[in-house]
Amino acid sequence: MRHSVTTRTRTSTVAGIAALALVILGLFLPAFATRSLIQDLFFILTMLTLAQLWNLIAGYGGMVSVGQQAFVGIGAYAMFAGVILWGWDPVPAILLGGAAAVLLAIPMAFFAFRLQGAYFAIGTWVIAEVTRLSVAQWKTLGGGTGTSLPREATANIMGVKAIAELFGVRDAAARDILAYRLALALAVGTMAAIYALLRARTGLALAAVRDNDNAARSVGVDARRIRWLVFLSAAAMTGLVGALIYVQTARVSPDAAFSVTSWTAYVIFIAVIGGMGRLEGPIVGVLVFWALQTAFADYGSWYLLALGILAILTMLFAPRGVWGLIHDRTGLALFPVQRRLVTDVSLT
Amino acid sequence: MIWLDVLVQGILLGGLYALFAAGLSLVFGIMRLVNLAHGDLIVLAAFVILLIVATTGLDPFLAALIAAGWLLQRLVLNRVLGRDILPPLLVTFGLSVALQNGMLEAFSADSRRLRVGALESASIGFGPVTVGTLPLLTFASAVVAIFVLNRIFYTTALGRAFRAVSDDPTTASLMGLNPRSVFAIATGLAMVIVTLAALYLGMRSNFDPSIGPARLLYAFQAVIIGGLGSLWGTLAGGAIIGVAQTLGAQINPEWQILAGHIAFLVVLLIRPRGLFPRAVD
Repeated sequence: MRHSVTTRTRTSTVAGIAALALVILGLFLPAFATRSLIQDLFFILTMLTLAQLWNLIAGYGGMVSVGQQAFVGIGAYAMFAGVILWGWDPVPAILLGGAAAVLLAIPMAFFAFRLQGAYFAIGTWVIAEVTRLSVAQWKTLGGGTGTSLPREATANIMGVKAIAELFGVRDAAARDILAYRLALALAVGTMAAIYALLRARTGLALAAVRDNDNAARSVGVDARRIRWLVFLSAAAMTGLVGALIYVQTARVSPDAAFSVTSWTAYVIFIAVIGGMGRLEGPIVGVLVFWALQTAFADYGSWYLLALGILAILTMLFAPRGVWGLIHDRTGLALFPVQRRLVTDVSLT
Repeated sequence: MIWLDVLVQGILLGGLYALFAAGLSLVFGIMRLVNLAHGDLIVLAAFVILLIVATTGLDPFLAALIAAGWLLQRLVLNRVLGRDILPPLLVTFGLSVALQNGMLEAFSADSRRLRVGALESASIGFGPVTVGTLPLLTFASAVVAIFVLNRIFYTTALGRAFRAVSDDPTTASLMGLNPRSVFAIATGLAMVIVTLAALYLGMRSNFDPSIGPARLLYAFQAVIIGGLGSLWGTLAGGAIIGVAQTLGAQINPEWQILAGHIAFLVVLLIRPRGLFPRAVD
């Protein structure tokens, strides 16, 4: 008899194939989807990526950050700086966003990792505020009121002409398609990376550090290294998403780009409503968020009120979120990370 | 002399922040509850005061707020309190966003103010420095509120219950205390302070539904600088934030808030548990 440890199940194989099919469909969707659907999907994909990243550091890593808006904002501003100050094309300038987020995350981690629990949450939030207020002093990028991408830069984004010819659409629609495809790539890349991380030894170590720091250390897990790894990678990806969102928006201001409500509160609600600590959770959560937004679109801020109440109710009555409920009822796990011992009987 | 003036004005401003923070300090100290909706509750109370001023007296409203705090704790917060700080944090985050948007729908985004006539601009001269009557009144109220809270904390049976459940809820419940009831009373008491803070918030500056989170940050900074479970520490924390902000504004008006945040980060860098921590977390 031979034994092996696996996380794979039949469901996960089917889910994997279905996910692959969805991604391929997503790539060719712009050929027949309306422009407003593409814009909605862009919104869904970017919020999904942000929620997965927050889920990674808080749900799996136990680092409850309320300062993720710092990385969205600094990513957006770094991209704007690349375009406006150095004349970069907006698409490669997105990479500047990721780099800037890492540069911010290093001092932030040095500071915040000394703090526990509530102090960590408030500490990260204050650092995000300090970053917002400092960026608002940057007069060449519009100071407190913000600035727009120059027309020449948005008119000649690389790849837009090709997309416009390929799908036979105007430049503005082609820009949306380009942004959507980049968002798709970021979302798929992020989720694949997180899933790979969780299935590897590092994922086990991460969960161990979250559940009991001291116990994890005692069995030889380097808790510090793993926290740094996860925090910095999440920051880099969040910075890229922030830059991409503002390539599409083409207008930035400190209050919008560093908004704790837009980039952290909603993101947390998405993860909580869908189910924290699971890869499936934010996917369900973002769909609920989008459905609420679409349903209440004509009633002003009522949907945000509904979202807040929904998050409270979820924490009270289904603390593991919608996907937690589904999992408890059916045992369904599309992206399982639980290790199972498999005995290969055929070899006996 | 200008620096003396900055110092005095800053400490008086700190009185306002200490008032914002006292209720939070109480709740955080007793049950380690991170109430992210605290700022929004202050703004809500300010709107309710505005509404009441337009209609009737003040007493029924105070009673209503205490009841609201008690119910909030009983029905919502008690269910999520535990070893993990995440559930209460997320619930109060939800409450914060719900309150902000609810107030936006109910009271619109317009800036409002509680009008108190001549008191708004009255001032008293103390030798070289002149201080506003209202800031002085705010500071005095903060000192009185914290003094009274401290008396409750250290000389009454209720205070003993607060300290007992703060130190060890399990042992406290073995002695016949119900931690959940004690928590509910503490939140009710915190709402009294919230009302007081709202009164001064509304009289001293304009307010609108979106300003809650910023007040929450100042309040939390005061609590953390002061140290967990120390109410006088909270007053000192408020004063430090107030002086830093006034000093920042003196150098460049745009640096006011930034200077307060940086003072907080510096203190936290040197003393991760604050200046005068009483309780262990």
